[in-house]
Amino acid sequence: MKVKGNIVTSTPKAHSGRRGWADVFFKALTAVSAGVVVLLIVAIFFRLVWDARPSLKEFGLGFLASSEWNQVTSHFGAVSSIFGTCVSTLIAMALAVPLSLIIALLLVELAHPVVSRIVGTSIELLAAIPSIIYGMWGLFVLRPIMQETVEPWLHGRFGWIPGLDLLLPGSGDGLGMLTAGVILALMVLPFITAVSRDSLAMVPPVLKEAAHGMGSTTWEATRKVSLRYCRSGIAGALFLGLGRALGETMAVTFVIGNSNRVSASLFAASNTIASKLANEFTEADEVMHMSSLVELALVLFVITFIFQVLAHLWLGRQARMSGVHA
Amino acid sequence: MRRLMIAGLVMCAALLWVATSSAPAQQAVAITGAGATFPQPIYTAWAFEYEKLTHVKLNYQGIGSGGGIKQIKESTVDFGASDAPLKAEELNASELVQFPLIMGGVVPVVHVKGITAGQLKLTGPLLADIYMGKVARWNDEAIRKVNPDVNLPDQAITAVYRSDGSGTTWVFTNYLSKVSATWAVKVGVEKSVAWPVGVGGKGNPGVASYVQQVDGSIGYVEYAYAVENKLAHTQMENRAGKFVQPTAEAFTAAAANAAWKNAPGYYMVLTHQPGDGSWPITGASFILVHKNIKGAQTAKAMFKFFDWCYHKGTEAAAKLYYVPIPENVYMMVEETWKSDIRADGMPVWP
Amino acid sequence: MTGRSLAWRRTKDSAVKTLAVAAAFVGLFFLGWILWEVVARGFGALDWAFFTELPRPPGQTGGGLANAIVGTIIITGLAALMGVPVGMLAGVYLAEFGRESRFAPAVRFLANVLMGIPSIVVGVFVYALLVMQHRMWFLSWGGHFSAYAGAVALAIIMLPLVARTTEDMLNLVPNVLRESALALGVPRWRATLGVVFRSAKSGLLTGVLLGIARVSGETAPLLFTALNSPYWMRGISDPTANLTVTIFSYAMSPYSDWKQQAWGASLVITAGVLLMTVAARLILRKRIQWS
Repeated sequence: MKVKGNIVTSTPKAHSGRRGWADVFFKALTAVSAGVVVLLIVAIFFRLVWDARPSLKEFGLGFLASSEWNQVTSHFGAVSSIFGTCVSTLIAMALAVPLSLIIALLLVELAHPVVSRIVGTSIELLAAIPSIIYGMWGLFVLRPIMQETVEPWLHGRFGWIPGLDLLLPGSGDGLGMLTAGVILALMVLPFITAVSRDSLAMVPPVLKEAAHGMGSTTWEATRKVSLRYCRSGIAGALFLGLGRALGETMAVTFVIGNSNRVSASLFAASNTIASKLANEFTEADEVMHMSSLVELALVLFVITFIFQVLAHLWLGRQARMSGVHA
Repeated sequence: MRRLMIAGLVMCAALLWVATSSAPAQQAVAITGAGATFPQPIYTAWAFEYEKLTHVKLNYQGIGSGGGIKQIKESTVDFGASDAPLKAEELNASELVQFPLIMGGVVPVVHVKGITAGQLKLTGPLLADIYMGKVARWNDEAIRKVNPDVNLPDQAITAVYRSDGSGTTWVFTNYLSKVSATWAVKVGVEKSVAWPVGVGGKGNPGVASYVQQVDGSIGYVEYAYAVENKLAHTQMENRAGKFVQPTAEAFTAAAANAAWKNAPGYYMVLTHQPGDGSWPITGASFILVHKNIKGAQTAKAMFKFFDWCYHKGTEAAAKLYYVPIPENVYMMVEETWKSDIRADGMPVWP
Repeated sequence: MTGRSLAWRRTKDSAVKTLAVAAAFVGLFFLGWILWEVVARGFGALDWAFFTELPRPPGQTGGGLANAIVGTIIITGLAALMGVPVGMLAGVYLAEFGRESRFAPAVRFLANVLMGIPSIVVGVFVYALLVMQHRMWFLSWGGHFSAYAGAVALAIIMLPLVARTTEDMLNLVPNVLRESALALGVPRWRATLGVVFRSAKSGLLTGVLLGIARVSGETAPLLFTALNSPYWMRGISDPTANLTVTIFSYAMSPYSDWKQQAWGASLVITAGVLLMTVAARLILRKRIQWS
């Protein structure tokens, strides 16, 4: 359809319900691209299973129950890594998600446009900083702070509550799950903030104006209108952050203390699947060791899958198809 | 929209053109090697000097000893490098030849108030006991016996180890296994072990930074690290019962006294070597090549480079705190090249 | 409204606003600190030599990371060339045609899983695929590290990120726009690219920029694919110098001049991404003024 200014100068031939070849091609192209994603996952999955065969055969399900990781005796178990991964990711998300959403809200609703643009760009930049820099910053700058200020404060303030003293014991050296969780939160924040900001920016002004027209305050309009509208966009942002937190290798290895012991304490040294891979993969030359590392990657695959399923179920209950957004 | 697409296409074309165009002038010989991170600085320094002299471009990357072994087995590189030598069976199974190219030392470092560099004396069994947690405080009887005139505080010892797999750990645990039967049984030798006590730092910087920041800690690092970062190293008692400081002379002494002739595939671990002046925790870094190499031009250039390193590379090595291989050893190595290695069916050396 | 006075609602509103500002400051403070560290420590390493010379061994003054800068630009550029179009088209599929098919939810699921895979696993996968020597029928490839393998690894990491953000942004475009375009007789593909894309433009760009930013900072995948090199690249089939692997080896070394260069390289990566972001957003804004 050719349009000049706002005058229609010609119209296309009637399609009589059949789509043109361009449309078919377009749909096929997009479907193929989507297929590439599937192909990649399947290929990676099979490759992982193939390389993990020796340890799958050797340890079986016991791999998931043992916390031993001994290269000398070739006994490997995933428990400490799984535990560390889950806990550090949970800490990271618990810290990052509220903060990100708040910052995104501020950037969209309250901040001056210039401030919003500068701060927004700075936050996007943080996604580019190599993770080893986060690791080094964590080791040299954050660790002493955690050891001298944060951990004693947490222990002092909350450690007396029965039950919490296990989580927050007295002495720590700053290398542990909490520090790793904080670093991960900082790494994940840019992604969630950037995507949430853009989602919130896409709320049609007419909806917000309607809310204000009915007398709602900024907070009420945000909570009841904007956030609900962007629900799927924000969920997408959260998955982005989650993916980054689960798969981060370098930064975590610097501050998590790299121990195979499982402990209830948040300050205790631990390890994550990704950090173990980063630490040991390049040096591994013994078959069982390498295959156990690959099996760990497979376990992470499964964990991510499970997270997805849980989130899907939760979101599904709240879902409103975007056809309703009008 | 159209303008944007055209701009994008032009950029793509430019990118592809730059990416696929070869460098001008001579197609110089290019050699690729990968492996241990320990010798990366010296191999890089040697390659730089050599390139200025001969225009042969040698690219060495430190991706880890395990990585080096994998890559040479896969033939994705021309040579591999490993801190932990391979045993003869493994070499034969993959048709590889192994030889040492450079050496260095592993040094225990401490951070205890009042103790200066080179002041504290340790013995092998004592070090093993510290890392097993048997000796847990600095003023323990065992430490005081060896250091009668040092003021040792009543403080807990924090043992720091390498959390990542590394040749340094391999050399360190190899030494501990030799001097402590308990360690050999309980923990063993590997690039990464199940440490009974302590905390893990990533890489030499991780360990060094930890020791620098935490009072009462002990760690082990490569010699270059201890010197460059001015850490407080300790003396060690060697096999001859003498206490030695970690110096280039002490490392050389350990290598010179080792029995290379009887080591198949030059499988020689330089820990706990005899000699009054030998440093007990010395290690060599090895090169791995195929017995039958494809590509004579590259292979010959490669061995010319290694020969240059042996003869002319000693000064650069010393400057970076490495220890060159002694002459009697490299003469043996070059004999091995002559007899064991072929490229496209022809000998690579001389 | 049951028993809620205007005063109470106003108080809640200001309380939330204050809390929000405070929380934001805390978060931004830490982030600003990291950025500051990178700038402060890296700035000292940047001189003319840094941008024009090849690396020198430690202890020798001078030298730079010119080849690594070029290498990173080329590898990231190639990765973007592969990852961005495929990712965006996949996102379009999920958003525009996703409702009609059963294939789409599976793709969305798997894309999320792909995002969580540690980058080192992707690196090892591409290593096995493109770096190892392979022979299949009459084809043979591999046997060496290469820039194109590195680009493929980065593209795989970028792909799900771009796809999901594209899908999310497109989903937020009100259906009214699609319906009105289609009602005017515009073919589906034109409606999507011309109308829907235009209104989600800013968000789509964010997805692309985030993807490129993310892969610019990746080390592990390149370690197994492009490796590194102290020389100028001869082509995309060689081990290629790049900033991230250089940062990794330099930062882990004992030499202060190498460590300094590592910070300098980090600053270059960050500044590069900044330039790209600013340029992209500027181009985008200009287009709004023209159309």
